[in-house]
This record gives sequence, C-alpha cells and structure tokens, in this order.
Amino acid sequence: MRMFYKTLRTAIHAMRRNVMRSILTTLGIIIGIAAVIAIMEIGQGSSSAIQARIASMGANTLMVFPGQAASGGISWGVGSVMSLTPLDAETIAKDCPDAAYVAPTVRGKGQVIYGNRNWVPMQTTGTTPEFMHIREWPVSEGDFFTDRDVRNSSKVCVIGQTLKRELFGDEAPVGKELRVQNVSFRVVGVLERKGANMMGMDQDDILLAPWTTVKYRLSGSGSSAAPSSSGSSSAASNAVNSLNGLYPSSSVKLYADISAIQAADTPMPVRFANVDQIIVATRSSSAIPSAMKEITQVLRERHRLKGDDPDDFQIRDMTEMTNTLTATTGMVTMLLLCVAMISLVVGGVGIMNIMLVSVTERTREIGLRMAVGARGMDILFQFLIESVLLCLVGGSLGILIGRGASMLVTKLAGWPVQASVTAIILAVSVSVVVGVVFGFYPAWKASRLDPIEALRYE
Amino acid sequence: MDLIRLNNIVKTYYLGEVDVPVLKGVSLAIGRGEMVALMGVSGSGKSTLMNILGCLDTPTSGEFWLDGQEVSKLSRDQRAGVRNRMLGFVFQSFNLLPRTSALENVMMPLNYSRNGWSDREARARAVKLLELVGLGDRMHHYSSQLSGGQQQRVAIARALVNEPSVLFADEPTGNLDSKTSEEVLRMFQKLNAEEGITILLVTHDAAVAGHAKRTIHIRDGMIANGLHEEGTAGAGEAVQADAAGKTGVKP
Ligand SMILES: Nc1ncnc2c1ncn2[C@@H]1O[C@H](COP(=O)(O)OP(=O)(O)OP(=O)(O)O)[C@@H](O)[C@H]1O
Ligand SMILES: [Mg+2]
Repeated sequence: MRMFYKTLRTAIHAMRRNVMRSILTTLGIIIGIAAVIAIMEIGQGSSSAIQARIASMGANTLMVFPGQAASGGISWGVGSVMSLTPLDAETIAKDCPDAAYVAPTVRGKGQVIYGNRNWVPMQTTGTTPEFMHIREWPVSEGDFFTDRDVRNSSKVCVIGQTLKRELFGDEAPVGKELRVQNVSFRVVGVLERKGANMMGMDQDDILLAPWTTVKYRLSGSGSSAAPSSSGSSSAASNAVNSLNGLYPSSSVKLYADISAIQAADTPMPVRFANVDQIIVATRSSSAIPSAMKEITQVLRERHRLKGDDPDDFQIRDMTEMTNTLTATTGMVTMLLLCVAMISLVVGGVGIMNIMLVSVTERTREIGLRMAVGARGMDILFQFLIESVLLCLVGGSLGILIGRGASMLVTKLAGWPVQASVTAIILAVSVSVVVGVVFGFYPAWKASRLDPIEALRYE
Repeated sequence: MDLIRLNNIVKTYYLGEVDVPVLKGVSLAIGRGEMVALMGVSGSGKSTLMNILGCLDTPTSGEFWLDGQEVSKLSRDQRAGVRNRMLGFVFQSFNLLPRTSALENVMMPLNYSRNGWSDREARARAVKLLELVGLGDRMHHYSSQLSGGQQQRVAIARALVNEPSVLFADEPTGNLDSKTSEEVLRMFQKLNAEEGITILLVTHDAAVAGHAKRTIHIRDGMIANGLHEEGTAGAGEAVQADAAGKTGVKP
C-alpha cells in the first residue's frame, strides 16, 4: 500500500514536471470521453423524448377485444362473441396496478348533419372521459364530456378537427346542436388536431360521445342484448331512422339466441351491456407485459374461466411500433458511440505514443532509478500508473466538457438531454482501461531497460 | 573477511562477429572500511569493472562475492535489491532528476527501499544528509538551480541516503574545478573515516587517487596489484593472477 502510494506520488510528480505535455497527451482522451458523455446524454435524452412521443401515439396502450367464436372449426373472427362489459373495464381500472387509464369503447356509425351540411365521420365512438388521457388527446375548445354525461347517456359529443371543418367551417362549434341518425347531440368540445395515424387514416375525422349514448340512442351500434331502460328509446329511434332498412343492425341476429339450458350453464349475472373494445393505457411502455398479465388474470376471473378454458378475449399491444422506434434511436446512439469509441482508441494511441517518447526521454532517469534499487516491477508500475493517471485526468476533464457540451446543446438547440450515471461510470472505466492497455507497452519497455545502457543513454 | 572479492572476472562484449574482451581475468579484494582508488587510462575498463562491482552488470565469467554473497548468480531483481540495500553510486555525470528539488532527489532511492521508511523518516534523513554536504540552505532548489559542485554534493547525499556499506564514485571530480574537487574528496575521506563506509574511487587522475589509502591499477583488462592489502601482503597472489598476461607493475 505504501509502495503504491509512493509510486502514485512519483507519477503525479512526473506529470507535474511537464504539465503542458501531459495536457496535450490527454487531449485525445479528453475529446473521446467528452464525446462519449455528450452522445450518451443527448442520445438518452432524445430516446426518452421519442419514447414519450411514441407513448402519445399510443404505444403504451393495450386494446382488449372480445374473443372469437368458433363453431365447427369455422372461426368467426374477433368480436364475434360479446364478452366484454363496461364492468370489465371498471374492474381492470380498479384491480390492475399497471393500468393507468381504462376506457370502454363502442363503435357507432352514421351520417352527421348540421344545418344544411352533412358528413359521415370515419369513426363514431362511444367512450368515457378517460379516452382523452389514454390517447393523450386534449380538447382545444370547450371541454370533454364528463362521467356524469356517461351515466346519464347525455346527448353530448366532442368532435375532431376534420369534422369541425366539414360541418362548421369557420363557425365555433361548441354549444351547437348536430344530429346523428336523427338524434340531436350538443357539441361540448373540439379535439386538438392529431393528424393521420401510421396507416394514413385521418384521426381527426371523429365524433366522440358517451358510450351509453352511442350504445342506446344510436341504432348503428350493434347492441343485441340491451335490456336497459333506454332500450325503448333506442327502439324508438330505430323506428324513425329511415336508413334502418339499408343497414340492419340490431334487428338482425347473426347467432342463435342462448337457449335456456345454455343460460343455466353459464351462471353469470345478466350483462347489462357489452362493449366493443376496452382500451387501457399502462403507466409506461415498459409496463405493458405486466399489465397484459394482470388484465388477463382479472378478466379470466371475472368471466369465470376455469383452468384450461381458452380466453374469451384478446389483448393486443403496439409492441411493433415501440420496438421499431426505440430500436432506431438505439441504433443511432450506438453508431455515435462507436465513433466516440474510435476517437478514444485514437486517444489511447496518442497516449502510447507520448509515453514511448517519455520513456525514451527519461531513459537516464530510469537507469538511475534502477541503479539505486528500483526493480523492473517498480518501473513498470510507475509508468503504468502514470498513463492511467493521465487517462483518468483526461477522463474527468472529458466528463466535465461533455456535460458542458450537452448542456450547451440543450440551451442552444433545445434538444432534450438526460444526465447519465452509466455514461460517467462507463467513461471512467474506459479511460482506466485505455490507460492500462496503451500504457502497458511503454511501461514494459521501460522496465526491460538495462540500467547501464540506460545510464549511458544520451 | 573481505567485503568485496573478485576471482578471475572476465567481461567480454560481443559485437556481432567481433569479441571485445575488456576484463581478462581480474582478481581483487577490498576489505571493509577501505578507501580504494581505481586507476587506469581511458578505455582500460575502469567503468566496466565498477559496474560489475556495483551489481549493475554481470561478468561473462568469474566469481564475485559481495559481503559473502555470490552476486553473479543473482537475478536482475535480486541485484536491484542488493544495490538498494548496500550500495551507493556517485556518477561521473551527476544524473539528478530534472525539475525536482534537491531534497526529493536525495529521498528518491528510499522509494524503492524494503526497509519501510516512513515519509517523515525519509525526509528527516535526506535533510540531515544535505546538511552534511553543506546544502542545508539549498534543499528546495531544482537541480538546474545548483552549481556543478552543488549538484555533485546532492548526488553524494543521494548515494548515502540508504546507508550503504559501499560507495562507488566514478570520476566524481571529473567535472569540477580543483577547489571543489578537493572539497568533495575531503568529504569522502571524512565519510570513510567517520562512518566507516567503504569507498571505491574511479579516476585517471593521480592527484585524486592520492586521497585514497590504496590505489589499484588496471591496464589492458588486468589488475596489477588487486590483492595488495596494507602494503605488499598479497603481492605473490597478485602476480599469480596476472600471470596470464604481461605483468605491468606500477611504481
Ligand atoms: N556496451 C559495450 N559494448 C562494447 N564495448 C564496450 C561496451 N562498453 C564498454 N566497451 C568497451 O570496453 C572498454 C572499456 O570501457 P570502459 O567504459 O570500462 O572504460 P574506462 O576505463 O571507464 O574509460 P574512461 O576512463 O574513458 O571512462 C572500451 O574499450 C569500450 O570500447
Ligand atoms: Mg569510465
């Protein structure tokens, strides 16, 4: 230990004897480490910014669909069984810690009329206010409808920008009444512009209303078993709707009614409604797998599925999207890191070069140290510690400069930056390794010198 | 028992095809506490012999006992240990560390000592030695800020710092004026007399050799009177050892 301390002191002393050259020697390391730090910080910053972006595109959302029916080997496709209820959504919200927001959705369909204009929006969706959080889609005018509206099946709606343009032009839509399938809705809010989704579909061409309203007041939404009190009003609207003949929905039964025996076999409380889909936002995109597990468990329990019964629902996520995008940023960061590593290697070669010069220059000193009793090992360690020390000093300066650079980048270019402990640990260990690797050969050469020849060296 | 005993030491340099025999069978003995001058013309092999005696070099053949230990059999690192424990060197060119204070120059050998000198002890000893050589007021000067004679005295202090039993000085006064040479030689005499350190002075200057109690002459790689101790006691042996070559007897 004392030996080490003495060697360290000798090395520090040797460095101080030639400050300018020491700094120039470490310049390569300083630049390399600064680059590593800056790249890691900027890379991590933009990567998490992109993650947040992806999240707003729905990467942290899960979609729960009803399961598929199969009869005699013929599958009817997703949604052919109506197994999801609004209560499922509530239970998921309550019992799954990884689910941040949960909203049931019901699809509707229909022409929207305002004054003398009409439009058929791409999506007419019934949902709850949670939808706004899940899609991270705030309103730009007015307000979103409330839970109370959902409970009361209020005839209110929120419209997307495209719908606003087509129906209202320059008019302010909030407070206006529009009609969907002869049901009159009051516009309470307008959603912000969202643009097209990844498939090129215009997401702003949308009408959102409380799911209860869509379910029971609009006929276009396939509600086969709606034994609620509003059933009658739905029926009433059906009667008025002239398009019913063209678009048969609730009136047509695709599947045989559940027989009395079947009903007895499934001792389930009568569902008061089914929904088409439940969308869930997880707390983060990394919580998706655990959220999927939790939801599966909750739903299987609620649906009273036994041991090896197949799930009567399906959960889908946006993994593909997330993976692609994070992989892209990851790749860019890796690429830049490779460049930084190359500059570190170049810096290391610089250190080796100068250390070799230094060994040659200090040949007499080495000879003298050997003459007074330094062993080969002592000399080896002296030069090795010197080069590691150079690299460490360079590394520390590099860390400071790198941090400064990334802060400057944030200031000037407004790029997101994230301080990274990993980067600092990496930088320090890399500089030690560079010091050892590139300092070894010169140190070894010094330790093999013959004392007499070294002393005689001019 | 002799502190140093050489028996038929041969040193030959091999330069490609050509053999350069420098020492052709040197035998000599130096007792503890002696002060010996090694004289010879330039190129006669004085430095070569001193390097072997100082465990810096190994002979091609022959035996070398230092304090009862056969040195030519030791490994590199073991010889380094012997140098650190027992030997001190004053080189012809001073060989001080550049941009390093006199004090640190003197302390330097203790960095490699196995005796576990603490920092404080090392410093105290270095200060004491610098005062001994009369540089108490120059301890923090860099070597470049010292005169030639002062540098040589720093080198002497450095050679003494590890309490050596033998001090080797290769032309210690070669670069000094006669007055400073005199001072340095006095110091050697004092060290020899008061501390009992064995001293080997290499020189080609008879005046310098005159400060030693005994002078050994080397000529053509042979020692004329290596085994002389106190007058003519070993004259017969010396002649035997030289029998292989011409016997060059100096007055
Ligand atoms: N490394 C070597 N390789 C080949 N020959 C050498 C080597 N070192 C010394 N010699 C030869 O050995 C001989 C003696 O050299 P040495 O340095 O011992 O002389 P010296 O007596 O110290 O002379 P000086 O008084 O000039 O210092 C010289 O002829 C020299 O050429
Ligand atoms: Mg010489």
